[in-house]
Amino acid sequence: MSEIKKVATRESYGKALAELGARVDNLVVLDADLANATKTDIFKKAFPERHFDCGIAEANMMCVAGGLSTMGIVPFVSSFAMFAAGRAFEQVRNTIGYPHLNVKIGATHGGISVGEDGASHQCCEDFALMRSIPGMTIMSPADGVEARAMVMAAYEMQGPVYLRFSRFATPVFHSEDFQFQIGKGELVQDGGDVAIIANGILVPEAIEAGKALAAEGISARVINMATIKPLDGEIVLKAAKECGRIVTVEEHSIIGGLGEAVCSFLAENCPVPVKRIGVNDEFGHSGPAGALLKAFGLCADNIAAQAKALLNK
Amino acid sequence: MTSAEKKQLALTAVAVREGILTSTHGAKAGHPGGSLSAADMFTYLYFKEMRIDPKNPKWEDRDRFVLSKGHTAPGLYSVLAQRGFFPVEDLPTLRHIDSYLQGHPNMNLVPGVDMSTGSLGQGVSVAAGMAKGAKYLGKDINVYTLLGDGELAEGQVWEAAMFSAHYKLDNLCMIIDLNGLQIDGPTKEVMNSAPVDAKYEAFNCNVIQIDGHDFDQMEAAFAQFHANKGSGKPTVIIMHTLKGKGVSYMEGQVGWHGKAPNDEEYARGMADLAAIRAALEVQ
Repeated sequence: MSEIKKVATRESYGKALAELGARVDNLVVLDADLANATKTDIFKKAFPERHFDCGIAEANMMCVAGGLSTMGIVPFVSSFAMFAAGRAFEQVRNTIGYPHLNVKIGATHGGISVGEDGASHQCCEDFALMRSIPGMTIMSPADGVEARAMVMAAYEMQGPVYLRFSRFATPVFHSEDFQFQIGKGELVQDGGDVAIIANGILVPEAIEAGKALAAEGISARVINMATIKPLDGEIVLKAAKECGRIVTVEEHSIIGGLGEAVCSFLAENCPVPVKRIGVNDEFGHSGPAGALLKAFGLCADNIAAQAKALLNK
Repeated sequence: MTSAEKKQLALTAVAVREGILTSTHGAKAGHPGGSLSAADMFTYLYFKEMRIDPKNPKWEDRDRFVLSKGHTAPGLYSVLAQRGFFPVEDLPTLRHIDSYLQGHPNMNLVPGVDMSTGSLGQGVSVAAGMAKGAKYLGKDINVYTLLGDGELAEGQVWEAAMFSAHYKLDNLCMIIDLNGLQIDGPTKEVMNSAPVDAKYEAFNCNVIQIDGHDFDQMEAAFAQFHANKGSGKPTVIIMHTLKGKGVSYMEGQVGWHGKAPNDEEYARGMADLAAIRAALEVQ
């Protein structure tokens, strides 16, 4: 087997900030005493005077970012997803979302693959929280290449953005010349029997599931839905019409995330059977990331098994 | 400040108070008490202190104001209208379904409003962000924010204070309207914030205490704010005020925090203000 390159999307995030920072001078980065973990320390090393540590005070940090943005500065604000989307939800809602300010939230450590820290730090609710805010663009990259492209795209667009990155190093499957577009799902693999719509670090798992299904004569379409909001309805509708069965995969609660966004869209536009794979309304727990993902069924084996079960229904 | 200037400010403050009554009466809702306690400060800021241009509300190099106690929007709207940002005639549309004058300030709808606020504790952090931004851009921009004393119970207010001192935001002026009353009763009984001065001093701020209805003391306080630049300390102006100031039956009354005057009360309040104006004019 050839060596697969693995990168944590948070690492690509930090590098992309430093790369972008060298090109534009209206970009600043805020962190809440986690620069070492969110990887904004890569930017900090390159541009110490443009990195504002806000201490362990996420509520203040979000609103400081709002204030900076009104001065024509583009702040990228970082913390763990739990604290960026969770603790500071109401600040994001009222001070960034309501006035539609040009603030980019770079949340790392999304999902249960945070690992050993356990449930208190494993945020499986951030998509749900952020989706409920009008005008918020929500994205989560499938690998390091997409993470970089996403940072560039987030900077280019006007308005609030929530980016979710992962702590866990996962396979890079995009080539370096990959073109990313906000709001567009990516057809990773074509197929006609069932469509697997995944995002984040579970896209490589979905690709593996697709291969396993192919070995059994099942043609699975795999879609990377890197933008959760606005949802690419076109690609979902096409998948529903052409495949007739859909499996959604995300490292998030099955409540309020990608799966529910897809279901809501399909219920109104083209009802077809859907199986949502995610965290089933329960808290995570400590353990190594890879083992946890398996334990929660967020792995190729379970995706393939659920797809088959859905086809047999 | 000459006595003529002071008289003009006092007359303008009467007009601002009239606008507060007119707008809350028109809305049949809203927060007159804390708008009236801060009316003199609103007047001083917008007619004397801040570098602003009503014809160019988005002027990049203007001074900024964030109403952290966003519920006193009637006070802010009234002074903005008096200053020429939008027609005074629009004030009675406050909180109406088709009005741009939302119950709490919306920066995208109201000319002159620098930040949307309403959720307490957040505006002061935004102001700190603006002050940090001005420093980052190397611009001489002053940022002012007004907080209520009940608002001081929000933990975020102290996160903002710590941030402001840490980043040496001496271009930031945090004004506390210490009127002593909040919705549920006297601040001392609901959640005692005293001693406010010692708290901010402990947070490494330049603390100034004034009578919030005295323009001379405001002038001296802001002079101190400007003189303090270079010290690295953010300024805090604690202004002792009377909630409901200027409207006899509202003064010092908890019940007028968030209640609009009815027709009869409106007429009495306007008569109170007319009497104040008449007394000023014979000075």
